[in-house]
Amino acid sequence: MSFLADFICAVFLLSGSFFVIVGAIGIFRLPDFYTRLHGAGVTDTLGAALILLGLTFQSGLSLDTVKLLMILLFLLVTGPTSCHALAQAARVNGLEPKHLAASVDAKTDSD
Amino acid sequence: MVAIYVVVAVSILATMGLSLYRAEVGPTWFDRILALNAFGTKTVLLISVILFMIGRPDFLDLAMLYSLMSFIGTVAVLRFSKYGHFDEIDQESEVEAT
Repeated sequence: MSFLADFICAVFLLSGSFFVIVGAIGIFRLPDFYTRLHGAGVTDTLGAALILLGLTFQSGLSLDTVKLLMILLFLLVTGPTSCHALAQAARVNGLEPKHLAASVDAKTDSD
Repeated sequence: MVAIYVVVAVSILATMGLSLYRAEVGPTWFDRILALNAFGTKTVLLISVILFMIGRPDFLDLAMLYSLMSFIGTVAVLRFSKYGHFDEIDQESEVEAT
């Protein structure tokens, strides 16, 4: 039984770390701010959820599981909220998405 | 089991390094705020994983507190960049925004 809990914990932890690295590569390599925001926000929330759920398998039914689930709940609520606030602040301050500006120029050029 | 914790901790550290690169290079200020937000979330994960690695998961309150602090910091920076001050925002903000 302990081996099964360890195995499931390892699966969750390794897939969570995979998504965390994918999010980091997204922040590092994507060309525009809005694309980086999408990559970071989605994989940030998913990787954190998988890692924290994997750790709950390791701590069993105890107070530590309750603490981990509270951290997870807070990250699930505040992750998308801060990403939305960041996107709205960038849009209000006039940061244009790169593709949108390029397509507007292409339409006026072809006329 | 400790080996898997080490692998996860190293991957989270690599993520933090790449986020710091974006915080340094990112051409706009929003890139830097995004990188700091990601850095704060990864700090919470790193604390949790290392606490389980050394076998003393009693200090998880630190991770909870740091996630609260980083969220409040991000929202405070964005609010300041939108309004220019930290005072009360009420009906007069509609006049400020226009």
